[in-house]
Amino acid sequence: MSVDAATVRRIAHLARIAVADDEIAHLQGELNAILAFVEQLSEVITDGIEPMTSVIPMEMKKREDKVTDGGISEDVLRNAPAREGNYFLVPKVVE
Amino acid sequence: MTELTALTLAEARDGLRKRAFSAAELADAHIVAIEQARALNAYVLETPDTARAMAKNADARLKAGDARPLEGLPLGIKDLFATKDVRTTACSRILDNFVPTYESTVTTQLWRDGAVMLGKLNNDEFAMGSSNETSCFGPVVNPWRRTRTRVNPSSALQEGASRVDPTCDGSNTPLVPGGSSGGSAVAVAALLCLGATATDTGGSIRQPATFTGTVGIKPTYGRCSRWGIVAFASSLDQAGPITRTVRDAAILLRSMAGHDPKDSTSVDRAVPDYEAALGKPVKGMTIGIPNEYRLDGMAPEIDALWKQGVAWLKDAGANIVDVSLPHTKYALPAYYIVAPAEASSNLARYDGVRYGLRSPGRDVIGMYEKTRAEGFGAEVRRRVMIGTYVLSAGYYDAYYLRAQKVRTLIKRDFEECFAKGVDAILTPATPTDAFGIGEKAGASPIEMYLNDVFTVTVNMAGLPGIAVPAGLSADGLPLGLQLIGRPFDEETLFTLGAALEQAAGRFKAERWW
Repeated sequence: MSVDAATVRRIAHLARIAVADDEIAHLQGELNAILAFVEQLSEVITDGIEPMTSVIPMEMKKREDKVTDGGISEDVLRNAPAREGNYFLVPKVVE
Repeated sequence: MTELTALTLAEARDGLRKRAFSAAELADAHIVAIEQARALNAYVLETPDTARAMAKNADARLKAGDARPLEGLPLGIKDLFATKDVRTTACSRILDNFVPTYESTVTTQLWRDGAVMLGKLNNDEFAMGSSNETSCFGPVVNPWRRTRTRVNPSSALQEGASRVDPTCDGSNTPLVPGGSSGGSAVAVAALLCLGATATDTGGSIRQPATFTGTVGIKPTYGRCSRWGIVAFASSLDQAGPITRTVRDAAILLRSMAGHDPKDSTSVDRAVPDYEAALGKPVKGMTIGIPNEYRLDGMAPEIDALWKQGVAWLKDAGANIVDVSLPHTKYALPAYYIVAPAEASSNLARYDGVRYGLRSPGRDVIGMYEKTRAEGFGAEVRRRVMIGTYVLSAGYYDAYYLRAQKVRTLIKRDFEECFAKGVDAILTPATPTDAFGIGEKAGASPIEMYLNDVFTVTVNMAGLPGIAVPAGLSADGLPLGLQLIGRPFDEETLFTLGAALEQAAGRFKAERWW
């Protein structure tokens, strides 16, 4: 499988990465090189093989449903690029 | 007295306990060495004041006879580990001046045991790379340089450094240290710390260790907590140490490992005294040699090194058997689906809202897109896009699901091999020695990915793997061997690694910086 320029643009948008028009051709070449490389997996017979979900068999751990953390809003906001009071500030989302 | 920075971690530990020198002297010697080695670009942040304060505390404990396991031992920390109140960037512009308000579990345990922090170490951006050239702080320079040798590769391997004539015309081309833990490997090789933390997703501990003549172990998945380590591919990432000797790696891993309720994939089982595994008999152990690791066109010196490793273990009394791991060749392509897929998901959090870089845009989507375009380097952008593609509607089954099935087959290969009584598997650690900075810049990304061809299988199967320096290439650069063990059997790797180390000797870079 290989990707065309329109698909590169679509992936970039899905990944939320701005891509300039003059970068598309180069990216397309690189992505196609990687896709061609992984193409060899199609020769492996995987019928009846379970996909791996955990390399080390382990039971999911559960804990008591109780509050173990909190009251650290200053810590949470310490690295905010923009804040107002106890909120993260973002560009307008709803008109 | 030997220069303090040239001591091994174990020697420094013993010297501190005998009060032959103080933790303050040991820290100061390293602080000076780091200042003089800035040309190597190993540290992205030096924390001399923290180091001195921690050393002072260590001296008080040593004086009081209350020393903890790593009391007063100066370490470097890969910049992927969150360190409280100390800038942590994963060497990406997108984290900007991120200062964590928390400490990773692994580093918490190191400080609990008395270690001293010298600073934060360079790495490939988000640990994505095999040469440390993708760091936003620029590449790390390998302390090793090529020397032209007059001997053929096989005898150079047997004789180690002694047959390399440093007066020969060498090439001063700066070489990469490997990656992603390039800063960790260089700081250890260039005597800028006694040991360093590192992480390994596809070979990021073992490949740079090999390129710099140091020891690196990636423990079993789940052995070390991933909490507070900047995530790359969560089902593959593991922390481990890079050190100058196998013993030092055993000492550090004991402190780094252990169960952590904050990481649901960390395993609740006791951490053994790994150091006690050194010197245990190799006699009677069974070592598997996988034919599939004999690549077409592999450099004869790599094959010769491998044969030498087999001979050393045989001499030590091990039984050598041929084994087959038929899905080996599919590990790297499967990795380049699984790792980018998980990365694209993990890196979705970098959106310019809560921390790190923000580039203004027309609206919130525009802000995300510009922030991520400016904050991520080329390799990270490429991997996030590949990951996004293989997880996108209509392609999931063809790529991601298939890759996870192949992963099951890779793991099964190893299980069948271990079920036949194999204690560990011996392979080369890397297909080549270190290459020049910029040398692969024009090549396809695949060429860089091939660096991890021998190491990536281990991550895919969640197994422990250790890289031990074993010889020098024809160009006078370090080469290494890898031992792969059963899940949670790091002890056997330390036993065998120490045997290889004893046979091969240690390899030291000549200081030129």
